[in-house]
Amino acid sequence: MELCSFLTLDSFITDPLTHDFMRKALLMSSLVAAVCGFLSSYLTLKGWALMGDAVSHSVMPGVVVAYALGLPFSLGAFIFGVGSVALIGFIKQKSRVKEDTVIGLVFTGFFALGIVLVSKIKSNIDLHSILFGSPLGISLSDVKQTIFISLLVVILLSIFRKDLMLYCFDPRHAKTVGINVFFLHYLLLTCLSLAAVVGLQSVGIILVVAMLITPGATAYLLTDKFDNMTVISVLSAIISSLIGIYVSFWFDLETGGSIVLAQTFIFLFAFLFAPRYGIFKLKKLFAGYK
Amino acid sequence: METINYQNFRIEAENICVDYNGKVALYDANLRLQPGQICGLVGMNGAGKTTFFNALTGFVNISKGKIRINGESVRSAQKDQTIAYVPQNEGIDSQFPISVWDVVMMGRYGSMNIFRCPRESDVQAVKDAIERVDLTDHLSTPIGNLSGGQRKRTFLARAIAQRASILLLDEPFSGVDIRTEKLISELFIQFKNEGKTILLSTHDMIHVREFCDLVLLINKTVVAYGETSEVFTPENITTTFGGISPDFLFGPES
Repeated sequence: MELCSFLTLDSFITDPLTHDFMRKALLMSSLVAAVCGFLSSYLTLKGWALMGDAVSHSVMPGVVVAYALGLPFSLGAFIFGVGSVALIGFIKQKSRVKEDTVIGLVFTGFFALGIVLVSKIKSNIDLHSILFGSPLGISLSDVKQTIFISLLVVILLSIFRKDLMLYCFDPRHAKTVGINVFFLHYLLLTCLSLAAVVGLQSVGIILVVAMLITPGATAYLLTDKFDNMTVISVLSAIISSLIGIYVSFWFDLETGGSIVLAQTFIFLFAFLFAPRYGIFKLKKLFAGYK
Repeated sequence: METINYQNFRIEAENICVDYNGKVALYDANLRLQPGQICGLVGMNGAGKTTFFNALTGFVNISKGKIRINGESVRSAQKDQTIAYVPQNEGIDSQFPISVWDVVMMGRYGSMNIFRCPRESDVQAVKDAIERVDLTDHLSTPIGNLSGGQRKRTFLARAIAQRASILLLDEPFSGVDIRTEKLISELFIQFKNEGKTILLSTHDMIHVREFCDLVLLINKTVVAYGETSEVFTPENITTTFGGISPDFLFGPES
């Protein structure tokens, strides 16, 4: 019986590993989670949650067009991701409409375009897997692309780690000491588009923004050191992915949703019990018993 | 034509204009500062003080006019680490997960390699700077746990570590304790003796009289500029603050 088999922790963990698709899903989702978690520290500190939402939704038509033309879907997603941000900037500058309104209308516009395109070019695109992710059905070419993009983003973020931190913290100082702020701005946007592309395989376009902000927000509640924040963010993202996939396997749940829910629960845990910034401030509670 | 030797001036701003999407923030502003001079920048909120700073650091582009820093462009001043900017306490995210040490180290980023690996000399510069602002006990304290005065000193230390010859300070005395105020004024005298040029914005008229050799009164453009003793008159101040008399601004007893 299924119920009996996961009563022992050992088989709960090892049984799914006997399936090839599960091993692949666990590996790829962990990689994707690590990339998104890394970036997440920067996005939450920069206050780019809405931007993350916008970019991740805007990549939709890019993915569809790329599929239709037989191009790597990451290329299409990248063009539309960066394009949406450029368009947001342009409309904001040329009109009196407020920024959050512009962001909202541009990304929903792109997203709608994507949905319309899917309905027109039905044949080989699975709308469901784009919207909700399909980590269990990931193809070999997708695996290669995901690994390539993930490594690229991790390398870029690692090289410019400190500059990006400075850019998020005090762009004016960065500019004053001759650091190319324009470049950093677009570097962060590029990484955001690329991370959205790999993230959408795990949890789908609709939920990918969670991968980009929740781990960072969780880590932010747990530490006052930037480096620790990055590590915690990456770890919590990976752990959530593993939990999400296992739970979805045993209980037959939607995988993307399970991963994001796991992240949300970890965040809630930090929100309630974080030593310094949690509601119940565990540190103080323990100190009271001494 | 008169030839000006730009080398004599640390800052040379000539008829500069700044506009944001067609909205004029500053126009026809002039400023010349020499080494060792301290100049107060006085004006209402929205009078263009921050815009002036932004133009000098190259954070915004000027639409007209010319800025020379040590006789060179703003771009090369950035590369040479010539200008340090000390932000207002409100201008920074105090909840950012970063320690005093890390903030001060950011003053060295511009002269480091691309990975920003601190060399022995960078570490020494940061240590010295933190000692000068008396924060050695708080090296690894997150800036969120500092008082307003300590935070202000952290950013001053960053400017010191940068070894800039020009310091731009946005409201250096706002929201600081007496001890910090005393330390900052002592540092100003040291900076002056080191030949640094200081431009500071302030709301506090007493500080202008106390520290500033020169004063620049602005209200979208220069209202008056010159020696503090000559220019800092009630009439000029009234004009700067849009017709409100200094009595109203500083209280009747001053």
